[in-house]
Amino acid sequence: MEQKKVVMDAEGIDRSLTRIAYEILEKNKGVEELVLVGIRTRGVFLAERLRRKISGIEGKEVPLGILDITLYRDDLQTSHRKSRLGKTDIPFSLDGKKVVLVDDVLFTGRTIRAAMDCLIDFGRPNRIQLAVLIDRGHRELPIRADFVGKNLPSSLWEAVSVTLTEKDGMDEVVIEDHP
Amino acid sequence: MKLNRKDILGIQELSVQEIDLILETADSFIEVSTREIKKVPTLRGKTVINLFYEASTRTRTSFEIAAKRLSADTINISASTSSVVKGETLIDTAKNLEAMNPDVIVIRHSAAGAPHMLAGILRQSIINAGDGAHEHPTQALLDMMTIRAKRGRIAGLKVAIVGDIAHSRVARSNIHGLTKMGAQVCVSGPATMIPRGIEKMGVVVHMRIEEAIRDADIIMMLRIQTEREKQNIFPSLREYAQYFSLNRKNIGFARKDVLIMHPGPINRGVEISPDLADGPHSIILEQVTNGVAVRMALLYLLTGGTT
Repeated sequence: MEQKKVVMDAEGIDRSLTRIAYEILEKNKGVEELVLVGIRTRGVFLAERLRRKISGIEGKEVPLGILDITLYRDDLQTSHRKSRLGKTDIPFSLDGKKVVLVDDVLFTGRTIRAAMDCLIDFGRPNRIQLAVLIDRGHRELPIRADFVGKNLPSSLWEAVSVTLTEKDGMDEVVIEDHP
Repeated sequence: MKLNRKDILGIQELSVQEIDLILETADSFIEVSTREIKKVPTLRGKTVINLFYEASTRTRTSFEIAAKRLSADTINISASTSSVVKGETLIDTAKNLEAMNPDVIVIRHSAAGAPHMLAGILRQSIINAGDGAHEHPTQALLDMMTIRAKRGRIAGLKVAIVGDIAHSRVARSNIHGLTKMGAQVCVSGPATMIPRGIEKMGVVVHMRIEEAIRDADIIMMLRIQTEREKQNIFPSLREYAQYFSLNRKNIGFARKDVLIMHPGPINRGVEISPDLADGPHSIILEQVTNGVAVRMALLYLLTGGTT
């Protein structure tokens, strides 16, 4: 029997992002030296939304970078992902910056490990923080998020998927049994 | 999407989808070469052997840089300083290299089909870096990548290839690739340099360069292999230059925004006048830049990149 449950709807996602935007500003005391870096693909859309919210609150634009971590993965030989290699675009120096990495789901932590390796190849940030929409647990590396939209305890045989309007036509977070 | 191939031997056997995949992957690799730290860890622990039986600056350096930027280890072997001079056969050399467990072997050889033979014998991935007058697939891929970057597409463009078509692996690979991708290709050169039956490859032959480059979007000039002057294929470099060089006078036949390409090395003043080779229409050095990205993409895709 297949179970499918909506755990966040469009309003829920939007409210979480609003809160995260405020938290980022609170923790970093404004936008000084702040940059957002979205991890492809959905992290980029979330980072763009956070950027709009931050500029709405502070009236200042925060630089936005895009990271494709494929080249830093530790499972190149075994992975069967179907997506094509995307472009990384960080058109500014990261030296001395406070970087907020943005992704949709925090799971094993391996994506974030790869993302941090990649960021450090672009310079020496003052600090790196992590913002995720969903933290579903099951970490395999010592990594935690600084800003979390929703903690979602899940079992390993469940799939958590985030859909976003920009890519999938609607905003939703769904948890379901693995087919 | 995965490239389901062990080897890259020629453009002839690649599908449009495969070419698309390679070019798109290469587009994403461009950025790595612009970073301050021009290196990603993707192919750490992999070994790439460059086995070159013919002279090369661009291609060998380009493959070596591509492999190094992906963190692979590279070894260069040129025939003149290897056991080839002691009479070792290609197969024996290859078998010995295989025994040292590399992951990819890049080969350039004066005999057409040499890479294909190795591909059939060795378990490693083979990349053809030029075999005789047969194919030079990475050159055609970087040319197509450069055209796409400049014009946004290949389909529907008019491309003129001028020079020694008969002896040019660059021309053959590009004709295969460009016609597959929907370009309209025509060729021109002295009659002795146009192979009989080339029309069957889907190209139009013009005896005069002015006709070939009329309204062209892209002009690809080939290097005249000066060593062939002795073979009576053409009377003299001077006469060749008089009839088939691209210069300020005949460039007017092409479109105003024509792009000029050349696979290098250039014989300045023979197939192309220096002011055009260095002028605003020339994208010759962008070809070289893109060559690294194309080769990174191939190494990545052949060694298991899923993308």
